[in-house]
Amino acid sequence: MRGRRLGSYAAVIVFAVPFLLPFYLLVRNALMSRRELGSLDWHWWPETISFQGFADAFGNEAVPLAHALWNSTLISTISAPLSTLLASMAGYALARIPVAAAKPVFFFIIATMMVPGAATFIPTFVVVGSLGGVNTMWGLIAPGLFSAFAVLLFRGFYLRFPRELEDAGRVDGLGHLGLYARLALPNSGALFASLGILSFIEHWNAFLWPLVIGQDPEFWTVQVALSTNLNQQAVNLPALFAGALVAILPLVALFLIAQRWIVRGVLLSGIKG
Amino acid sequence: MTTTAAPARPGPGGRRAARRPAWRAFLLLTLPMVAGLFVFKYVAIGWGLLLSFNDARGTIALGDWNGLDNYRRLLGDPAFTRSLVTILLFTLFIVPVTFALALGLAVLVNRLRGGRALFRTTFFIPAAVSYVVGALVWKMSLFSGTPSGVANSLAYLLGYEESIGWVATVDPPLYWIVLVTVRLWLQTGFYMILFLAGIQQIPAQLYEAARVDGAESEARLFRHITWPMLRNTSVAVVLLLIINAFQAFDEFYNILASNLSGLGGADGRTPLIYLFQTALGEQNYGAGSAGAFVVTVLIVVFTLLQGRIAGFGRTAEEES
Repeated sequence: MRGRRLGSYAAVIVFAVPFLLPFYLLVRNALMSRRELGSLDWHWWPETISFQGFADAFGNEAVPLAHALWNSTLISTISAPLSTLLASMAGYALARIPVAAAKPVFFFIIATMMVPGAATFIPTFVVVGSLGGVNTMWGLIAPGLFSAFAVLLFRGFYLRFPRELEDAGRVDGLGHLGLYARLALPNSGALFASLGILSFIEHWNAFLWPLVIGQDPEFWTVQVALSTNLNQQAVNLPALFAGALVAILPLVALFLIAQRWIVRGVLLSGIKG
Repeated sequence: MTTTAAPARPGPGGRRAARRPAWRAFLLLTLPMVAGLFVFKYVAIGWGLLLSFNDARGTIALGDWNGLDNYRRLLGDPAFTRSLVTILLFTLFIVPVTFALALGLAVLVNRLRGGRALFRTTFFIPAAVSYVVGALVWKMSLFSGTPSGVANSLAYLLGYEESIGWVATVDPPLYWIVLVTVRLWLQTGFYMILFLAGIQQIPAQLYEAARVDGAESEARLFRHITWPMLRNTSVAVVLLLIINAFQAFDEFYNILASNLSGLGGADGRTPLIYLFQTALGEQNYGAGSAGAFVVTVLIVVFTLLQGRIAGFGRTAEEES
């Protein structure tokens, strides 16, 4: 029994090393000087820690990293709560407001789940482009606000919402909107947080849509800026890694702080993918 | 739902008045979602479908009908069919490998007494990293072609003195290792979480009963209890893995950037990259839309097939 447990720990450590290695490389490479990182032999750690990479990353006028970080922050902090709110509103109405239209509207919404998202980027580009959304903030944000899947999860949640609580609210004179805003929404904080955080991560890390729609450097997100850096002719390696390190820090912090909600969100989205 | 609402329509006077706020609230709460999905899904897909039967080069206007020409040209273009083969091979690699690793790690982490949270976080945290950053680390450090790249330093330690151009080597296809491992690193933790939750839902009594029946070895317990009890989780995981693999874009685009034309070097074009180049590079929206529908149909067929083979057939039987 004892030996088996030791074996488990040995195995899990063997697997943990390659999972952590890339993070170590990001930090090491970001803190090295160009000369040292470009040298032919292996160094475990920079001889002298250099922050020149960070200065270069933010000083590069061709790729405005600070502005790209700002764009990503704006997009994610608008999209995450807004998309979650829209889904919760629709989910509540579908679960709790008994009107004849509920069923057709429900099917109208979940039918969109049949079509995988990324494959439709060209049709979406055609529509957003015709509405003048290329190189605009709303063009970057709007198509990502409507998640049928989140509606489905919220609807399931509100179907299980205790009827007594609602009845109490009705006695207090609340209508459907009041019941939603005063009772249902405040009581769905955990689900809201889980899906909101997942949505934040998704928007922060998105690449294809921002690449398609934010073509002008003014509308680059941090992922597009990093990709541009990566595919330049002469790459400034420490600057490249410094930029990448800055780009992942908010999400790594979020993962460490809010892991409970993230895991819950992952389980919800995995169960009914 | 329909029974409660039915009397509201013909019902005169008071009843109808009582229903009106319900209608208004319903409309108010669902309208943003319905309108958004209508514009960005229904209109988009409908327009795209029409465009795919048009000669729409440099324009997104309809009118220049050319029937099935876009589809014919697309399926006759070896670059497109090759991109389909590429993604099929990639899916065949990445799906079983991720599945096995995620399940293995979940079993392993679940067996730990202490430090479970620590290791769970360790395997899960790469999910916080974008594919762009993953590609960047893999291409410029881990599998960089210079002697100071990690893989090359390791090869040197093992007595292999010549540095290897991992991304650039097509024969044998070493770039494939780079592509598969980066996605493996990025996505395994997500699926491990799903498996871990599945394992923890298995009642402990099942294991105890099996032990009483003489099933002592870890392997037998896994085969007779864990594996069958994880059936639903496994089906969901395979489904998600296939859908995600088919839509691969980010890491191929960023790792193989210089080879995307397919001229010399590896042709690392996935269908989505091919479509990206067709629609945004050549501005051929007709062909791009046609391709989008071909890929969509393929994904749907694949997931339905997988469901038929692994899951839904069986559950339907159980239900009936």
